[in-house]
Amino acid sequence: MDFDQFPSMGREDLRDFKKGIDSGFRDFSREFGEAIEQFFDPLLWFLVRLEQLLQATPWPIIIIIVGVLAWLGSRSIKIVVGSVLSFFAIGYFGMWEDTMSTLAIISVSTLVCISVGIPTGVMMARSDRAQKVVTPILDIMQTIPAFVYLIPVVMLLGIGKVPGLIAVCIYAMPPVVRLTNLGIRLVEKEALEAADAFGASSTQRLFGVQIPLALPNIFAGVNQTIMMALSMVVIASMIGVAGLGVPVLRSISNQYLALGLMNGLAIVALAIIFDRVSQEYGSRLQKHRQGTQHD
Amino acid sequence: MTDSKIKIESLYKIFGPKPKSVLPLVLEGISKQDLLENHGHVLGLKDINIDIPSREISVIMGLSGSGKSTLIRHINRLIEPTDGRILVDGEDVLGMDKAALQNFRRHKASMVFQKFGLLVHRTVAENVAYGLTVQSVPVEEARERCQKWINRVGLSGFEGHYPSQLSGGMQQRVGLARALATDAEILLMDEAFSALDPLIRNDMQGILLELQEELHKTIVFITHDLDEALRIGDRIAILRDGAVIQQGKPQEIVMHPADDYIFDFIKDINRGRVIEVKTIMTAGETVKGPDLNHNVLLEEALQMVSDSETREGNVVSDEGKAIGSINLAQIVQALSRPSVEVGEETRYR
Repeated sequence: MDFDQFPSMGREDLRDFKKGIDSGFRDFSREFGEAIEQFFDPLLWFLVRLEQLLQATPWPIIIIIVGVLAWLGSRSIKIVVGSVLSFFAIGYFGMWEDTMSTLAIISVSTLVCISVGIPTGVMMARSDRAQKVVTPILDIMQTIPAFVYLIPVVMLLGIGKVPGLIAVCIYAMPPVVRLTNLGIRLVEKEALEAADAFGASSTQRLFGVQIPLALPNIFAGVNQTIMMALSMVVIASMIGVAGLGVPVLRSISNQYLALGLMNGLAIVALAIIFDRVSQEYGSRLQKHRQGTQHD
Repeated sequence: MTDSKIKIESLYKIFGPKPKSVLPLVLEGISKQDLLENHGHVLGLKDINIDIPSREISVIMGLSGSGKSTLIRHINRLIEPTDGRILVDGEDVLGMDKAALQNFRRHKASMVFQKFGLLVHRTVAENVAYGLTVQSVPVEEARERCQKWINRVGLSGFEGHYPSQLSGGMQQRVGLARALATDAEILLMDEAFSALDPLIRNDMQGILLELQEELHKTIVFITHDLDEALRIGDRIAILRDGAVIQQGKPQEIVMHPADDYIFDFIKDINRGRVIEVKTIMTAGETVKGPDLNHNVLLEEALQMVSDSETREGNVVSDEGKAIGSINLAQIVQALSRPSVEVGEETRYR
């Protein structure tokens, strides 16, 4: 035996092997690409409409909405003022339109992540087997380089908003799934036993006890999901998603320091606003936990 | 008089991977230790036979690990038995399907937990209404029905508080009100007062006895505290290593403990608060002195008899007929010296 060289598959075979997979997938995408595209059409429609709406709305109204949402979420004047000022700065430095596009894709991908992620998390919490199956998938979703899953997605759906959305969701969904699962599993045994003892059905148990008690954790998951979606903006722009990522990409290839920095900071500003507002909201949700001790 | 509400018949519970497979060994009387070491199963409950009379407080007493909390969870099937029968009003709980069991838990038996089991995201009022919410009672009606119980356990004014804002004693009042609000006939109380400090516990026992005088529910009360058992129990069953070693009225257990284990338990209790005069009277005799009802406890009798000139008293029935007599010496002896029969022999401390 020769140990200098690993007994690898022959060069010919390896080439055929890769070719086989490639052509197989190409056939698959030729066959089903259109159907899959149609499946995502409603999502695309929604995303485009939202983007158009955000860009068509006069900027003072958007700023008022931002201020009101920040207030509703955080009940903190400091955060409201900070958010409004950030938006003024973004507009002043000419990044308004890109920011609106980014807001649109972040909102839609967060919605998708929540509506898929929370039920998945609930399923994992209810069945150990589901947890065993889903956990490694989540690991893959979080660690596999984005470029790798972009290849099949682009092969299937081409360049555009939908593949961008899918890429963002793949990366951003795991936290909300994991934390929903964790949150439900951490619900005290006593509370569940009480629900059972009073004859709650499993639906009543889920919506009346498990989800409300897991809400702080679920909310932390949603918060993480938003953050991760924002961090994917630049990569998503590589496959044709409009937004703050596009100028960043341009400034990388052209070495425009100021442009890159400005747009990068705009992403950071959005992230901080989302984070503070949602965290404040999350901690208000669990007000009952920190009640003053009454003795 | 005492028709049984809950009848537990030869109930076995074995914990482990394949409980059914070792059941024959257990029925043959394999020891707990042998079962664990050689077969990897834990014997939780062994041949439990208990009749729980309706409208009384039945206490199941045992130290930790005796299986008492496991036992009470069988009554509403929070735990599935390995073998045996549980009849409630003649109906086999174990034969119920999912819907019937849900119905049973909603309307027939409610429960109070040691660690309260309150829902921390719900206010006091919402917690008390939980059982009714589960039954889909309209919100307004539920609120009305619950208010009565909130007032009854002394929580008026705290309706909008969250459990974390209340002390342990108050939290357990919420637990009690929640259990009462469903109007279930059976109340299962799993070490309900064990987590409370002694003064509050005493308070809660008082509240429970007061409520019971009015409501006459069938209460199954689990405790590890003999004083508590003697105070509130109409009947007591003592559990050890998953088996019932004695059951009967508090009197019977104090006067005739079945074995050394129970003897050790009862030797330090306040006998004056448990033993009634009829237990130690000289039957058939009448003397000069005050009349004592046959249910009077020794503590009170001591006072009455020592206040009388003759240092003697008559024991009378509920109808006022003299049925025997008692004197100071008898009372003092009964109070001070636990000369009790353990099984066959008489024993002194």
